[in-house]
Amino acid sequence: MKFGVIQFPGSCDERDALAAAARVGDAVLLWHRDPDLRGVDAVIVPGGFSYGDYLRAGALARFSPIMVEVERFARHGGLVLGICNGFQVLCEAALLPGALLPNTSLRFVCRQVDLIVVNAHTSWTGACARGDRLSIPAKHQTGRYWAPDPVLDELEANDQVVLRYATGNGFNGSSRDIAGVCNKAGNVLGLMPHPEHAVDPLTGSADGLRLFESAALIAA
Amino acid sequence: MTRHAELGLTDGEYDRIVELIAREPNEVELAMFSLMWSEHCGYKHSRRLLSSLPTEGPRVVMGPGENAGAVDVGGGLACAFKVESHNHPSAVEPFQGAATGVGGILRDVFAVGARPIAVLDSLRFGEPGESARSRYLLDRAVAGIGHYGNSIGVATVGGEIYFESAYEQNCLVNAMCLGLIETEGLIRAAAAGVGNVVVLFGARTGRDGIGGASVLASAELGEADSDTQGTLSPGTSKRPTVQIGDPFEEAKLLECSLALLERGLLVALQDLGAAGLTSAAAEMAAKGAVGLDLDLAKVPLREAGMQPFEIMISESQERMLCVVEPEHVQAVLDLCEEWEVLATAIGVVTDGGRLRALVGDAVAGEVPVPALVDECPAYDLAPAAPTTPLYAAPTRVLDDATEPAETLLALLASANLASRRPVFEQYDCIVGSRTVRRPGQADAAVLLLDAVTDAGAVAGARRPALAVSIDGNGRRVACDPYRGAVEAVLECSANLACVGAEPLGLTNCLNFGNPEKPHIAWQLSRAVAGLGDACRALGVPVVGGNVSLYNEGGGGPILPTPVVGMVGELPDAALAGQLGFAQPGDTVALIAASGWAPSLCGSELAKLRGTAPVGELPAADLGELRTLHAAVRQGVRSGALRSAHDVAEGGLAVALAECCVAGGLGAEVTVDTAEAALFGEGPGAFLVSGPHDALTAFGAAARLIGIVGGDELRLAGVLFVPVSELSDVHAGGLARLLG
Repeated sequence: MKFGVIQFPGSCDERDALAAAARVGDAVLLWHRDPDLRGVDAVIVPGGFSYGDYLRAGALARFSPIMVEVERFARHGGLVLGICNGFQVLCEAALLPGALLPNTSLRFVCRQVDLIVVNAHTSWTGACARGDRLSIPAKHQTGRYWAPDPVLDELEANDQVVLRYATGNGFNGSSRDIAGVCNKAGNVLGLMPHPEHAVDPLTGSADGLRLFESAALIAA
Repeated sequence: MTRHAELGLTDGEYDRIVELIAREPNEVELAMFSLMWSEHCGYKHSRRLLSSLPTEGPRVVMGPGENAGAVDVGGGLACAFKVESHNHPSAVEPFQGAATGVGGILRDVFAVGARPIAVLDSLRFGEPGESARSRYLLDRAVAGIGHYGNSIGVATVGGEIYFESAYEQNCLVNAMCLGLIETEGLIRAAAAGVGNVVVLFGARTGRDGIGGASVLASAELGEADSDTQGTLSPGTSKRPTVQIGDPFEEAKLLECSLALLERGLLVALQDLGAAGLTSAAAEMAAKGAVGLDLDLAKVPLREAGMQPFEIMISESQERMLCVVEPEHVQAVLDLCEEWEVLATAIGVVTDGGRLRALVGDAVAGEVPVPALVDECPAYDLAPAAPTTPLYAAPTRVLDDATEPAETLLALLASANLASRRPVFEQYDCIVGSRTVRRPGQADAAVLLLDAVTDAGAVAGARRPALAVSIDGNGRRVACDPYRGAVEAVLECSANLACVGAEPLGLTNCLNFGNPEKPHIAWQLSRAVAGLGDACRALGVPVVGGNVSLYNEGGGGPILPTPVVGMVGELPDAALAGQLGFAQPGDTVALIAASGWAPSLCGSELAKLRGTAPVGELPAADLGELRTLHAAVRQGVRSGALRSAHDVAEGGLAVALAECCVAGGLGAEVTVDTAEAALFGEGPGAFLVSGPHDALTAFGAAARLIGIVGGDELRLAGVLFVPVSELSDVHAGGLARLLG
């Protein structure tokens, strides 16, 4: 299993994602100007502040040259994980439904939160069971998941809500406590919390590793 | 007012400049001298004092004088670190002032080639309960720090905040950064090689921050400085002297700089900070004993019509200067282009020892480098102990005869002791995947030494770590500058001991009032003496630092505030200490120096009772405390101690409450019931917990005082309070002021 982690100018968590993926497979950094995905089996769009989050979080990175290939890869069933800023990028690219708005507090918050696995049948949650509780840190200022109610109803009906904040753990005001959603096929997942920062008990938790293990299982 | 006086130079200094260059300086040259001879750049009132600090040790690989100091941390790695102030800009515009403070200290660290891994901040504001302006400064400075640090992807892992009315007009924003580098890759700032090319890269140069170091950082702020418009003249607005930060530009600049170094393309590297191009060029030339010709016509500008002197002294952020061999210039420009960083060859290294500012072929200014750097005046201070109290008594908020439970709750809810969570949650403390102890979990931050890319670390192998703490207590330094400064060093060392770390080196930022006043000179010289003695006694060298003087205005001087940042190492991150009680049934012990004699002088309780910061602080036996810190450190490293916490502000009772709150566990203990024993302060005591047998191994130094367990803190015959109440009060104290 070969993961590719995209580095945009302004990415922050690309090395963390690279190291997390390297625990379960091979992992390489992809540069945002690369013309192709260098044969990777899964793409991770990492956290950070691509292009300074100027204009709107994720809005500029979505136009980086490599995103053309990421969109093609995703449409053909390739595994794509968007974390935090990566989630914002995937929403901007319309690979995922909905949008991320500023937290209701309008402040950046960094906090360890508990997530509940709602759908354990996606490419990125296959190693989990429905109802599992994962301790994973979240850190963002623009992480309030929003979509019109009919869209949210549809997402729930289609089992596209993959992760929710456990009761009392959401801090950003997300609609229906949604922390992560996938596309209809389940190969593209976006989430605001940072699984790549939960891969070692020494630094807080290893629960996030399950997402990377899930992807590695697909290839095997 | 004469032109040189407007720029902060005395008549004597001006005469000396004329003597050095054998003519009257023109506007460009005068601007350069005014910056380089400012306190902020030239340390003219502090240089002689600072030379008394110990700077050598077996682990020091780069001492004071470079962009950042560095210590050997094993495995071929060095940790570069430094603390710097951005007080005056933050008082004028807190968001950008604090943000660019972080940006500046990051650049200092990556200018030596190190990748920044952590930031800490030391903040001081006026009383938030009394001053809407202080709440505003706190809110915006914290937002600015978060904006910059979060965006650039460097973890903010610790810090401290205190509130005293003496900081009402002059808040303090000190930022510290640590970075890691392979020791052999450390790069110095010395320009070398006549004919080599000088390349400026990063942001364009604009009119922001003109004269920041001289007019803003090296003079007292006036009443009108924060809120009116005006020009570069003292007494009117200083807002134009504040720089604007762009963390995205810096993120690219950081990656680009490290990539340039990794490919071996640079001879020297220097960041542009205070005094901009003037300081960067002069420092590089002075260190290399060469000259530089800079063509200002080639400097990319943000706006048209900038004068040569403006280009030379602009403090626009996110810029670096490097020296490159001619055959590598194209490779440097290409790599910068790949990172979308603007890079321009603007000059050459010359052999005349002169810094020349050219506009095309015309000479706009020409100064011998030694005149700018080495000939900067150094003044002896004229210290005299004050004969009358310098600081007003704070507003009394607590009666004298309160019950101990009420006293404890009042302390926990006070702005100085309440939980810092509402602040540190605004910072990304985990990016980089090194953070083993986050804010609130231990007395010091703990960061893995092995790189994030070494994910294949062998299971079960010990992973060495760094620990870092930043500390300073202005009220205690106001009581006694010497002992107060000693305590700042001891506090950092004690914090490191609580996570199991041994000190390697320290950096300091000396925040004081106007050193030309005898009582401030006295505070400064006594504090530096205390710092030096404590460093020598503990065997911790000073590898760098910064001074911020003239922190006073119409309301008087700030409390004398030496801030100490200390870096240490521990062999096994898995055994890093934590502060919270960990396990019901564990024994609680007080490990204290034989002479530990806490008193209410200079304490938080004295403050709540409206007592001015005066009186005698307890003395510290530095030799005994060094041994005591080593014993605690060893206890944590061996795994014998399941929690360790330094007894500091608020005394033993507050330390007990903090251990309960952090661990979510109660305790039942028996202690001396005298108020000074419960709430008094003084260096030399730790509150620890662990298995009974492990604690008895400490012998007489450890007094077994109780047991962990239950959901109340019970002090026999004194008080009992539910842990939930302690937690609520502690959590709400600062949160309610932040709104």
